[in-house]
Amino acid sequence: MIELQNITLTFPDGDNRITAVDHITLRGGNGTVTGITGPSGSGKSSILAVAATLIRPDSGGVLIGNDSDTIDAAQLSKSDATALRRERIGIVFQQSNLLPALTAREQLQVMARLGGGTKRTRKAKIDARVEELLDAVGLTEHAGKRPHQLSGGQRQRIAIARGLVHEPEVLLVDEPTSALDQERGAEIMQLIARLTRERGTATLLVTHDLVHRDVLDDLVTVIDGRITAPDAAVPAHTH
Amino acid sequence: MARAKCASGKAFIMFVAWRELRFARGRFLLIGAVVALITLLVGFLSGLTGGLAAQNISSVLQLPGDRLVLQQSEDSDASFATSSLDDDTLQAWEQADGVESVTPVGIAQSRAAASGTDDRIGVALYGLPQDASGIGSNPLFDLTPTHDGEVGLSSGAAEDLGVAVGDTISITGNDFTVTMVGEDLWYSHTPVIVMTPDAWSEASTRVGGTGEATVLAITGDADWEAIGPGTGTVAETPLSSLTALEAFQSEIGSLGLMIVMLFGISALVVGAFFTVWTMQRAGDIAVLKALGATTGSLVRDSLGQALIVLTAGISVGLAAVAGLGSLAGQALPFVVSPLTTLAPAVVMAVLGLAGAAFALRSVTKADPLTALGSNR
Ligand SMILES: Nc1ncnc2c1ncn2[C@@H]1O[C@H](COP(=O)(O)OP(=O)(O)OP(=O)(O)O)[C@@H](O)[C@H]1O
Ligand SMILES: [Mg+2]
Repeated sequence: MIELQNITLTFPDGDNRITAVDHITLRGGNGTVTGITGPSGSGKSSILAVAATLIRPDSGGVLIGNDSDTIDAAQLSKSDATALRRERIGIVFQQSNLLPALTAREQLQVMARLGGGTKRTRKAKIDARVEELLDAVGLTEHAGKRPHQLSGGQRQRIAIARGLVHEPEVLLVDEPTSALDQERGAEIMQLIARLTRERGTATLLVTHDLVHRDVLDDLVTVIDGRITAPDAAVPAHTH
Repeated sequence: MARAKCASGKAFIMFVAWRELRFARGRFLLIGAVVALITLLVGFLSGLTGGLAAQNISSVLQLPGDRLVLQQSEDSDASFATSSLDDDTLQAWEQADGVESVTPVGIAQSRAAASGTDDRIGVALYGLPQDASGIGSNPLFDLTPTHDGEVGLSSGAAEDLGVAVGDTISITGNDFTVTMVGEDLWYSHTPVIVMTPDAWSEASTRVGGTGEATVLAITGDADWEAIGPGTGTVAETPLSSLTALEAFQSEIGSLGLMIVMLFGISALVVGAFFTVWTMQRAGDIAVLKALGATTGSLVRDSLGQALIVLTAGISVGLAAVAGLGSLAGQALPFVVSPLTTLAPAVVMAVLGLAGAAFALRSVTKADPLTALGSNR
């Protein structure tokens, strides 16, 4: 579970500060995909950045974990936040952001080798899950290829597998379909939804394309850094 | 996170770095080749410097003692070529407080030829006393003959003259029997021949010298600064006395300057390469940080990568130096020794790493926030 509580984030802008996120409260439950939509510049990526501990909010809390065992990620030191990302958060970027020198398989293996005194058992566990995830995203056959040998959709699928290979509790996805055609985009959205449900991940997904709204369990619309009205029209999935 | 505190580290190092090396092998080969070439140049210059230095000073370095005493000429610095020390000076030093032993050494340059031939070569004549006290086995003093009509030759002299033990050679009109051929010793680019003090004295006067000792090799612990001026001499440590050898400073100085400049160039080139390379992958570094990579592991990877490139380049360069050096050694004064190969290699590696460390700023400064959004 991830819960953003009353988050405010501002950026310096000349002498003033612009408010990118304005008192946002948002909850993503385990095994659900929570969509965040809104016009360009409304603050969607900023919300994800706060949730990902990539930037510390001016105020508010980022609770990650389950009932008895939650931590406020907004309060963590830089190195603790890095460790949190390494272990409990998965991120899928707008561009696939794969490393050009690594094969598809190695893109996943690297998650076990990010330093910071990762436990050996954890490394073994991640390595053991690599093949499973390559299979889950349907790319076992292409595991030996480098990013430049893969299509945009395949790259994004590898990025999703990378986001999940270390079994994070929270998956944060920023515009995963923006570089893809509609069909490929729909496949990616369905893949994220399926894996989210199978793995019980709490997924926050930014999209400004509502074509894929049916795969979302929940949808909030952000305008000028504020949530307008929770989208009640999204049909609840049965799972 | 508390649950991540267990250390194991090592196994994860360089996962990405190695693969980048392979992936961008063209670029890394290029910079490796540059490092190899600079190493080759530095190695060559070092070997040449070492070789020239050995030809200049190897015999002087064998002079025993804590200090070498030279005549202090009035208007210029002390010089092996002009120094002449009479008996009074010798006695003054022998009687000085704290002086344990004084060995008078004569050095003169002349020409020699194998008897019966006219092929004269330049040689350095050493006049050494038979009973020099306190000297153990010493390649120079081991050549000292017992009789005035005998000489000991350094191997270079024997080779150049084409003579062996038992042959005779002529020096300044006198014939001498070769009784010994020893190690390769040189003085001021001429091979060494050792004679008795009397024979040397005579030879010295024949080539325009005074026939008196050139330098005193002194052991003991005296007030060197005080005794010197009173006797018109200066006492130098064996190493600092080398500057009293003509051409030594200028030879070694200009070659040394070239070596130092090559060191600087290699640090700059390696630094520039890794700065550009690191800037090129700044995006990847931001992504890795966003995924949870520690800055420490990224820094380690970057330095490790640089170290691999440097080690490979330097090794290839060193191999070339060793190979070409032994060839060059037949035509040039060239020394292949740890001092002329490994020492410059270590300096290259250290300076290269310093250059690479310069690029680390882009690693530590990379902001994982930039991985998010579309601004890559
Ligand atoms: N690093 C930053 N420094 C300064 N201002 C920023 C920074 N990142 C975002 N902003 C500002 O914060 C606001 C929200 O930006 P954000 O990227 O979150 O929007 P977005 O909803 O993700 O837009 P898009 O749909 O175009 O990706 C914008 O006004 C933007 O200019
Ligand atoms: Mg955005």
